[in-house]
Amino acid sequence: MAEYNKPSTIQEVDENFGQIKPNMTATMAYNESSRCLFCFDAPCVKACPTSIDIPLFIRQIYTGNITGSAKTIYDSNYFGNICGKVCPTEVLCEGSCVYTNQNEPPIEIGRLQSFSTREAIQENKQLYTTAPANGKKVAIIGAGPAGIACACELRLLGYEVHIWEAKAHASGLTIYGVAPYKITNQEALDEVEYLQKQFGFQVFYNKKAETEAHFNTLKKDYDAVFLGIGLGRTRSLGLDGENLENCVGATEFIEKFKLNPLGTFIGSRVVVIGGGNTAMDAASETARMGAEQVYLAYRRSKDSMGAYEFEYDLAKGVGVQGIFSASPVAILGKEQVEGLRFIRTEVKNGKLVNIEGSEFDIACDMVVKATGQEKQAIFVKNFGAIDTDAKGRIIVNDQFQTTDPRVFAAGDAVNGGAEVVNAAGEAKKAAKGIHKWLSNL
Amino acid sequence: MPDLSANLAGIKSPNPFWLASAPPTNSGYQVMKAFDAGWGGAVWKTLGVPVVNVSSRYGSINYKGNRMIGLNNIELITDRPLADNLREIEEVKKYFPDHAVIASLMVNTREEWHQIVKDVQNAGADGIELNFGCPHGMCERGMGSAVGQNPVALQTITSWVMEVATIPVIVKLTPNITDITEPARAAVAGGADAISLINTIQSIVGIDLDTLSPYPIVDGQSTNGGYCGPAVKPIALNMLKNCSLDPGVTVPISGIGGIETWQDAVEHILLGANNVQVCTAAMHYGFGIVREMKSGLENFMREKGFEKLDDFVGKSVEKVKTWENLNLKYKVVASIDEKKCIGCQLCYTACEDGAHQAIGLSGTDDNRVPHIIEENCVGCNLCSLVCPVEECITMVRKDDATEHKTWKERLAEGSAPTSFNDQRGGGVGHYIPEPIEALKKRK
Repeated sequence: MAEYNKPSTIQEVDENFGQIKPNMTATMAYNESSRCLFCFDAPCVKACPTSIDIPLFIRQIYTGNITGSAKTIYDSNYFGNICGKVCPTEVLCEGSCVYTNQNEPPIEIGRLQSFSTREAIQENKQLYTTAPANGKKVAIIGAGPAGIACACELRLLGYEVHIWEAKAHASGLTIYGVAPYKITNQEALDEVEYLQKQFGFQVFYNKKAETEAHFNTLKKDYDAVFLGIGLGRTRSLGLDGENLENCVGATEFIEKFKLNPLGTFIGSRVVVIGGGNTAMDAASETARMGAEQVYLAYRRSKDSMGAYEFEYDLAKGVGVQGIFSASPVAILGKEQVEGLRFIRTEVKNGKLVNIEGSEFDIACDMVVKATGQEKQAIFVKNFGAIDTDAKGRIIVNDQFQTTDPRVFAAGDAVNGGAEVVNAAGEAKKAAKGIHKWLSNL
Repeated sequence: MPDLSANLAGIKSPNPFWLASAPPTNSGYQVMKAFDAGWGGAVWKTLGVPVVNVSSRYGSINYKGNRMIGLNNIELITDRPLADNLREIEEVKKYFPDHAVIASLMVNTREEWHQIVKDVQNAGADGIELNFGCPHGMCERGMGSAVGQNPVALQTITSWVMEVATIPVIVKLTPNITDITEPARAAVAGGADAISLINTIQSIVGIDLDTLSPYPIVDGQSTNGGYCGPAVKPIALNMLKNCSLDPGVTVPISGIGGIETWQDAVEHILLGANNVQVCTAAMHYGFGIVREMKSGLENFMREKGFEKLDDFVGKSVEKVKTWENLNLKYKVVASIDEKKCIGCQLCYTACEDGAHQAIGLSGTDDNRVPHIIEENCVGCNLCSLVCPVEECITMVRKDDATEHKTWKERLAEGSAPTSFNDQRGGGVGHYIPEPIEALKKRK
């Protein structure tokens, strides 16, 4: 029997995807904030990629200054509510809370952060006034966390900002990729809308900006261009049977599932291939959608998985079963997926090698490949003089300026794939880099 | 098993925990329920000519998720007819003959005092408490703290009561006065059998920052109230100590003020209280809170080898001296247990900004454990007080306990600093002599 029943209505989907960091009531937030020690040179701040002054915003909650608290958060990170919910706080701020040094639960920093920022969003608190127009324009490609954060910062400095977004919604992977038990799409959209109202950047939706001609126009029409283009499709494994029906890439599956959970095929026996956080999400999501058996297959040992331990725990908690040291050899089936052939692996002299003759098959009707995404290589190539490194990441200097001086970039396309908080933090710095560069011209 | 029974000037109770005169003792129903729960005595809500009360009546101070660490009230004395109260006192005594029922009284004229004292005696009360403490409302009418602040009036009214009293009389004092021993002596002079202290402290507890009306709000306005609860204990203990040390205060004392736990009660007893009275804790947690108080007191007595309360009443009084008689040769310094430290660095910033710059940091991110700079440490305790980990920072004695020199002795021998630039003061060495340099500030 599966942990979850197959949902047949949106309400049932929502029930299966209960929030793991539910919103706090005012009383909960007050009590939790009262526990904060207000550490000197606080480790939580150092652990935050955007260096939010966490002790200060928590103290502001404690003293009932919720607007001030939200301002403290937004001053460092424009994705306050989103990051409060989707950040891996267990390994960042909360993981470094000094309480953990005496085996006490850390302060629930993520939930407190969402408490303040949600209130600001709901009450549409005007925390910022943009500077008078400085006559300069910046084009941004991609309305994900990097693009939006860059836009906010530039608007604050008086730039006119236009964003081209290929999809129908802003906030990128927060909508199209983050597991639904971390944040609802509505909350993600609400935060971007709140920012949009305050900062007044313009977004053109369903507008791809990937041809060379368009790019050259942008470079001509705007003083600078910012690329917040993220990553591309799921990488191909090059296996037999990869094109069979119901063999899907994790990124594509999650995107489809998040926009239309009931219209997305979920197998009854699912194998998710991969050991990263996206694999954990895909495994959890298929299990919560009522798959009877979900396997998580990783070619190395459990300890070498890239996923955070708490993410694997989440997957285990919904009944996902791990298969380790097994590498996929072929996807079996005639038209649709019917099974997956593995070969056992071992580490010899520091190298992962297959154990000859150890093949085994697992029957399944769905395979989800969570084995990494391609870089936006072709996309970037169209942009002319922008260099990438051996792994396809856009090369930038400490101001997030690419090898084409008019073009700046940040987020997954630069760091190779990290958290929302990293993209938001980098893009804010990139905006400052743009401002510095344009001011010195 | 230790004997918890208490005796205050002849008023006996099975344990020293009495409910103070306040809302929890407003009726026979409440007092009997309290006795069932384990309280040893109850001082009835003050009787007199019934008052008219306002709504609302309380405001409180909350701290770090803990509610009501201080409570402020503007309720007056009883609003119930005297006859009803007397009948209920009689009834309570019938069912609880071994528990102490004390009638708190507040009236104006000598005739009224005589009449009401006789009435409560007839009802079977074990004692009388004269409410000379209430600092709100009643004092505007020349009663309550208006009497407590005027030793002559206090003595006169006490002597009126003593003219007809056949049961022990306690005078309840107000803390809203410069020297508590003055009214205490007046009570003794007036013939009182005991005193009780403290009543509530005049206070404004806070302001509603939306409406700008102070709490508690009565139709948009407010008045000062009486402050009580855990926050007032230190003030109560000090006044209790003053009375205990005063040779003119020769009567037993009932301790009141901020008693919520057995430890609070023991502290009052150690500074000279023969029993204690509690109000806010019962208003906050209900009568059941007394079970913890009794159990804690009993454990304390067993562990310390005290068989009865008298074994430790006033035992800490002799340890309170005037400042000039403290040993200046005693020297402690802070010590940090590296294994217990969780790295919050509150001790560092507290010492750095609020004390004597006697704590240093490693300067590396992987070691957040601060260290003590002993030559700068004056042994003030601040770091150990802010440290959130029990027993992590302790104060270690550094002198060899062979020397003893007080300020008084230094004055007598002429070794005390006498001029502005006298180098014999203590403040040489434990400060930053070059602030600009230390802060790396340059013009």
